[in-house]
Amino acid sequence: MKLMEAAVEKWSGAIQEVTIGAGADEGGTRTSTVRIGGAGALPFMDFEGVTPNPPVVAMEVWDCEPTDWPAALRAALGDRVKDPAKWARACVEEFGADAICLKLANTHPDEGNTSPQEAADVVKAVLAATGVPLIIWGSENDEKDNQVMPVCSQAAAGERCLLGAVTEDNYKTLVAACQADGHALIGLSPIDINIAKQVNILVSEMGFPLDRMVMYQTTGSLGYGIEYTYSIQERGRLAALGADKMMALPVICMVGQEAWRAKEAKATTEEQPTWGNADTRGVYWELATAATLLQAGSDIMVMRHPDAVRALKDVVGNLTK
Amino acid sequence: MNVIGERINGMFKDIGDAISAKDPAPVRDMATKQLTHGADTLDINVGTRVPKDERAEVMRWLVDSVREVTDAPLSIDNPALSTMRVGIEAATKKGTAIINSTTGQADKLEKFMALAKEFDAGIICLAIDENGVAASTDAKLEIGMRSVAAAMEADVPLEHVYLDPIILPVNCDQAAPGIVLETISQFKMLSDPAPHVVIGLSNLSQGASERGLINRTFLAMAIAAGLDACIHDPLDTELMHEMIAAEMLLNKSIYSDSFLKAHLQGR
Repeated sequence: MKLMEAAVEKWSGAIQEVTIGAGADEGGTRTSTVRIGGAGALPFMDFEGVTPNPPVVAMEVWDCEPTDWPAALRAALGDRVKDPAKWARACVEEFGADAICLKLANTHPDEGNTSPQEAADVVKAVLAATGVPLIIWGSENDEKDNQVMPVCSQAAAGERCLLGAVTEDNYKTLVAACQADGHALIGLSPIDINIAKQVNILVSEMGFPLDRMVMYQTTGSLGYGIEYTYSIQERGRLAALGADKMMALPVICMVGQEAWRAKEAKATTEEQPTWGNADTRGVYWELATAATLLQAGSDIMVMRHPDAVRALKDVVGNLTK
Repeated sequence: MNVIGERINGMFKDIGDAISAKDPAPVRDMATKQLTHGADTLDINVGTRVPKDERAEVMRWLVDSVREVTDAPLSIDNPALSTMRVGIEAATKKGTAIINSTTGQADKLEKFMALAKEFDAGIICLAIDENGVAASTDAKLEIGMRSVAAAMEADVPLEHVYLDPIILPVNCDQAAPGIVLETISQFKMLSDPAPHVVIGLSNLSQGASERGLINRTFLAMAIAAGLDACIHDPLDTELMHEMIAAEMLLNKSIYSDSFLKAHLQGR
């Protein structure tokens, strides 16, 4: 019997490879680095092309205690969240994170309004606490980020961190800082593929190399716009594989941040007795969000709950076996 | 869109003079200039000023000169099999090449397809045969079909086949451009994967006034019909911009406010 011929797609482009983290041989102090991108086919379609680098699982760490995080999440992380260095160390040593995503939430004028130097001290403490690559994210207040991020960039010079995020309207300061200190950069666009491309063009017009850029097309969680995120990421990936170099950048997803915003994840068992156990419900919500977005083409998954991290690493392992 | 830059041709004065003087500098400069302006492939044509018995040698010299500055695909533009072999051999030492071109007579197709197979080269097949230029859509399709069959017979992948419906000057036959548009869309349905479709654009406006306008307008229409390769002058910025906009409007590239810049930057 003649078997049906497999319909195999041929792609002419590939995702740009980006390395985060620099070891001693490159002037940094990281004991491990991560390489992302490089895919020459849609995710996990290994019969159509190579996917040299599996998705990376990072964990979110804040520069202050995240008091408004849901109880299930706080219980899993314990008192470690009071100290960013301890928190980061646990993420790597106990929970298996490949990278740390340090969010400088406390620098926001409406929160702690901490100074650029205080933020830089946290960056240094987290770098000293773990050997994995560091993603540094501002407070998403443009004016404050433009003061804080250059100082943090300099404090981490040579470590090839991934700094975020630049937008269409605010990119010059952070691009210049990353250029000077040898970091990689996240370009943010609000679930809009045209703006995503525009951000990449604007940044590369400043002479910033494409092999140090990652896209953040903003993440919608399960039940809250995941379809939009999925279709934007997928369309971007299809364009990239069709040789559009301005779209051929790895993608970061803020999975934990978005999933734990959903009421289905954060409602307590008392509030919603029919929704199942709150200790695991949020974990599933975070995991389902991550597992879905993996299929759209995602390269760095930033997670919050240790159990979701373990489960996601299993999923990635099974898909890339 | 595979832009095949037409400027390295002995018919142009700068290149003709360079050939006479054996000066590779203008040839190399023109190669680089076309690539930075958006050419994907460079057409290499010795022109008609060179005596026939010297054309193969001049072709080799042109290809070698261009290969000093780029390994981009080269379109070897000559009707004679012997000159073609010399050009393709030289071009594929470093990079790929396209045979430009063969006509549709069965014996000629067989020989040129064998050459395409031997050098893993692309091949442009003209809608011309022993009866001359095919005038109707049906006649063009028949030669197109014959060319696709010859490629399959010779084990040349369809991704390497470029069908050229032949565009004639609009001031000779005003019905011809419409016939070509119809042919382009039907060529794309001849096989799966579809063959590429290419035209030599500047022929359309030969001898006419408003050449740039005529070329630009037709290129946009042809892209909408399915054209995916074109031999033209990439230094014609207005033409290139029209092409980029047409592809964007057809959702072949993702829009951004800087979409014109993105086209060249993203290469």
